[in-house]
Amino acid sequence: MRHVRFAYKPEKLVLAIDELTIPAGRRIFLHGPSGSGKTTLLSLISGVLVPQRGTVSVLGHDLTRLSASARDTLRGSQIGYIFQGFNLIPYLSVGENIALPCELHPSRGARIMESSVSEEVHRLAHRLDIHTHLDSPITHLSSGEQQRVAIARAVIGSPALVVADEPTSALDTDRRDAFLTLLTDVIGEAKKRDDTQTTLLFVSHDRSLATHFDENLSLTEINRSHGLAEASRV
Amino acid sequence: MTLLRLALRSLRARRLSTTLTIFSIGLSVMLLVGVDRLRQATQVGFSGTLSHTDLIVGARGGGLPLLLSSIFHLGNASNNISWDTYQHFAHHPAVAWTIPISMGDSYHGYRVIATDQNFYQHYQYRRNQSLHFAQGHAPEEVFDVVVGAEVAAQIHDHMGQQIVLAHGVQEKSILNHQATPFTIVGILAPTATPVDRAVYITLLGDEAIHFGWSGGTPPAIGEAGPKLDVSKLKVDEITCFLLGAKSRVSTLHLQREINTYKPEPLTSIIPAYTLQELWSLFDYADTALSLVSGAVLVVGLLAMLIALYTVLNERRREIAILRAVGLHARQIFLLFVLESTLIAASGTALGIIAVYALLFGLRNTIEGRFGLPIALVGISTRVELYALATIVCGALLGIVPAWRAYRNSLVDGLNTP
Repeated sequence: MRHVRFAYKPEKLVLAIDELTIPAGRRIFLHGPSGSGKTTLLSLISGVLVPQRGTVSVLGHDLTRLSASARDTLRGSQIGYIFQGFNLIPYLSVGENIALPCELHPSRGARIMESSVSEEVHRLAHRLDIHTHLDSPITHLSSGEQQRVAIARAVIGSPALVVADEPTSALDTDRRDAFLTLLTDVIGEAKKRDDTQTTLLFVSHDRSLATHFDENLSLTEINRSHGLAEASRV
Repeated sequence: MTLLRLALRSLRARRLSTTLTIFSIGLSVMLLVGVDRLRQATQVGFSGTLSHTDLIVGARGGGLPLLLSSIFHLGNASNNISWDTYQHFAHHPAVAWTIPISMGDSYHGYRVIATDQNFYQHYQYRRNQSLHFAQGHAPEEVFDVVVGAEVAAQIHDHMGQQIVLAHGVQEKSILNHQATPFTIVGILAPTATPVDRAVYITLLGDEAIHFGWSGGTPPAIGEAGPKLDVSKLKVDEITCFLLGAKSRVSTLHLQREINTYKPEPLTSIIPAYTLQELWSLFDYADTALSLVSGAVLVVGLLAMLIALYTVLNERRREIAILRAVGLHARQIFLLFVLESTLIAASGTALGIIAVYALLFGLRNTIEGRFGLPIALVGISTRVELYALATIVCGALLGIVPAWRAYRNSLVDGLNTP
């Protein structure tokens, strides 16, 4: 990510990042207090938004040169995404939620470890201990179980990058550590069983989680938008 | 394919609102198609009031009044036709049959029609239905009378009863033919045509009740009328007659010949044409009904728009998730349009199935009670057009929430509000 400038409204700069490199195959913790532009940064990385200036390269593709639908396809086939909470489509069952990326993107379906998507869903569900809920509506699940379903959906078909946006904020402290361990393990397994190196980009305002990761970054240090805003005013 | 499944599952998840919306559209379509079907049935029934009659012949006058007075018993004929003229055309080589009709008296407001055996033999309605007797037989004696089905039902007349006819066609006549009571010898089966609303006597019977009259008035009070001698009765005039030609081709020739008949000024009409002309008078009522049902359909579609639009905000998170798993913004748009199209299509199918099931189930009742031949009415291009228009309108209306969802998906990105 180079010389990136992004603003929702012309007069209010949200992101100004001169240089950000996330090494492939690593588990990265990105710290940022709320309101520091975390979700905006992730939207840029996953290609939902494009910067007004600068370039964003993800997995070897320059997103600023790709068409909107090419970015959508790249995101769907190469990136798994975990939200803070409410990660699931309410009208699909747990199993259907997990299988969704494989149905939308054949290339993800092609990278599964089992012989069929439904077996892969079962394997992941077993691994994440949600296999008893596969056919239930998602409303029957606790928030911890819902977040585990989100992990399964993010890692199915071994995407090259998994982005997690504060996925633990809805969980209590005990479960938070268990969830993180599970997440990093499952990502690690996806890496081991497949040649592709799955990168994990984990964003949170909670510095105490940083110990679970290979590398630490701080968005407040990277993002100079406030400084620039001050400067331009002066 | 995945989109279609998503749309179906999403609609199923909002079962109640989806069902209600489908029902409201179904009801509107049902109304629209129902009105249209009944209109067509009414038209078929109406043009079937009289069939296989090639010409109606009366004294010189307008075609519409002639049809109204002879078939619908509305208004009066301007003049009569002489018996000789009638005989001339009754024995015309191109003519297969004629039905003479003489009118002028009434019974409880129902017309008294003097005619002969040909009426029971040749009168046909609704393509090829002939007259049948529910009870009894055609009048044979001078004072025999046959009543139509509605007359029998309304006045509670029964076989063998003696009835007194009234002079003139007003409901409350000051002059009754008390001296000449008639005996009911037959009751016609219901036809759901004006035939039900009249009583039928013989031509001689008509002469008999006016025997001894001069200048259209009875003998003065105290003045003794001549004694009725049935053997001296003879028919001088009739009001009009129906005519069946030997071949359809000769009808126009015959019409021309009648209209230019020198000895007496006559008018002849082709009933099918004049019925059509009369029907066009009712067209505005049909237009009004169609407009009302069209408005109801608009309300139904708007209900769908509201139902889809109000859940948009709740669905922003769902849209963000779908975007995160790689759905294009245009697929989000398509998903919403698909949902509205599915609702409109299901509503249309439901409405059409319901209206045809209803009409099929009630066809005997409707035909018997109202004389509307429902069975003859199939699916028409108009119904297909309505169905198509409803679905297209549903899809077009779906663009409104779909566009909002599309905009949301671009603006929100992965921000889940």
